[in-house]
Amino acid sequence: MNANMISSTHLREERSLMGQISLFIAKHKNKLLLYLLLSALSIPFLFPFWWMFTSAFKPANDIFAYPLTLLPQTWRLENFAEVFAFQPFARHYFNSLYIAVLVTIGTLIVSSLSGYAFARIRFPGSNLLFLLLLSALMMPTEVTIIPNFTFMQALGLIDTHIPLIILPILGANGVVGTFLMRQYFLGIPIDLEEAGFLDGMTRWGVFWRIALPIARPALVAVTILTFLYSWNSFLEPLVFINNNDLYTLPLSLRSITDEYGQSLWNIQLAATVLTVLPVLLIYAVAQRQVVESFALSGTKG
Amino acid sequence: MHAAQAPRHRRSLARQDAAIGYLFVAPQMIGFFLFVLGPILAVFVFSTQHRDLLTGVVEPAGLANFQTMLQTDRTFPRVLANSLAFTVWLVPLNLCLALLLAFLLTRKLRGMIFFRTLFFAPVITSTVAWVIVWRFLLQGDQGINQFLEGVGIQGPNWLREPNWAMASVIVTRVLKTVGLNMIIFMSALQNIPREYDEAASVDGANGWQIFFRITLPQLAPTILVVMVLTVIGSLQVFDHILLMTNGGPANATSVLIFYIWFQAFRVFDMGYASALAVVLFFIVLTATVIQWVLRQRFIYNER
Repeated sequence: MNANMISSTHLREERSLMGQISLFIAKHKNKLLLYLLLSALSIPFLFPFWWMFTSAFKPANDIFAYPLTLLPQTWRLENFAEVFAFQPFARHYFNSLYIAVLVTIGTLIVSSLSGYAFARIRFPGSNLLFLLLLSALMMPTEVTIIPNFTFMQALGLIDTHIPLIILPILGANGVVGTFLMRQYFLGIPIDLEEAGFLDGMTRWGVFWRIALPIARPALVAVTILTFLYSWNSFLEPLVFINNNDLYTLPLSLRSITDEYGQSLWNIQLAATVLTVLPVLLIYAVAQRQVVESFALSGTKG
Repeated sequence: MHAAQAPRHRRSLARQDAAIGYLFVAPQMIGFFLFVLGPILAVFVFSTQHRDLLTGVVEPAGLANFQTMLQTDRTFPRVLANSLAFTVWLVPLNLCLALLLAFLLTRKLRGMIFFRTLFFAPVITSTVAWVIVWRFLLQGDQGINQFLEGVGIQGPNWLREPNWAMASVIVTRVLKTVGLNMIIFMSALQNIPREYDEAASVDGANGWQIFFRITLPQLAPTILVVMVLTVIGSLQVFDHILLMTNGGPANATSVLIFYIWFQAFRVFDMGYASALAVVLFFIVLTATVIQWVLRQRFIYNER
């Protein structure tokens, strides 16, 4: 009787343990499946980054090792030194950086001014002008690059950075900025600005002291989108720049090849890491802002 | 006296304000006319000329460029077919994956931020970097094919075989940009009121029924807009193709936008490239008008 009792308690306990596990699985089945599915889906997104970062540290031969290695056997830091020896990479880096900074500043100025005017100032023809601007969003840069090339050639601006700075500020990218700024300014309560006018502020004062500081989130979004656009831009440098000294990073990466045009993989990947790293670091720190900026620009199209 | 002055004063203030308005939009509008609208008009003029980029010779050509396009250029029909195939495959793939990811990630569970960050990361990564990696992984005996060999599949030489090259470009492009559509769908999903779902599940509807009968119809306007934007975007994929396959093998991945660049800056035939750009202009315009019409209809239906 006693033994019977023990065994039955034991049995019950065991059953309850098994039961708990199966209950857990049953209860969380959907969750587990979800995580499994997401993990499987993340492989083609994660692996390229993993491979890029690890292979940047591998000796050339190890990159082709069979089977493929997930970590470098020997960590070769010289890859990064060779990036700078192979071509003026530091200069290319500086080119990309200063162009992106200028494009961003220019876009902020142009977009916030015209975004504000379209949102707040009444002037004849403003709707028509705004519609015209919107049409620019739909036209690929590639359609306009041929006349722009001829134009810049006539002005003697081929093989200068000027087209790379001017075209994004005034082209489709700048229009996205204007659109975002306008949307944001429209959302600011007009009472705030009217209070400014009552205090004797001018239009400029209201724009500069009241509207612009409130529009900071929109300015952040435009900054992120524009900087990335310029940093990653490929077509314009490809078309307007021939001189290696004037290369930006995307052109620089592409040209890391041997005399037969074959990639020098380890050096190319080290350079790629150096190019992608700052962007990914900023993204890691400010990912909410970055994602929201893109969500804003996407839904407004 | 004061009463008479006030309206005049106000009117002059309004005029002054309008002047400031013009001043504020001036930099953008001048730039727009110089570098966007002007060039679009110029493309039409260029398309009726022979323009040699190297010699700088410009001659009137009438419709000769368009005749070449339709009659003698054997590559052009191929390029159009490629563009069509590219768009027809890329858009549904992109949209379905984006919807799936958005749907999974809007569950309120731990770790979703990590996955969102990961799926979105390629969007901010430069195309050159993304393509450099994939070009390696898609080589005949490397990367992907080593994985496939592990499960007993002999993978093709992805970038050297016409159809596989096209498939590779499409899939790697989807992976690069799907994160953007994903976050747009996510914010749309989060704006859908939960009450409908709850009411439906009280009425005994299962997950699939809720998705297809309730969630999807409410997402329809967003899906439509995203679809047209993705179509237009797919017509502009240039750097990805240049860097990954350079239009090859044997023009298998040469789409219209790539061919325009090739004619202008490799063949140096700016006139013919402009004629091709005119074709692209009308394709994009058509897509835009379709979007506009559909959007009007949808918004009308909503109200």
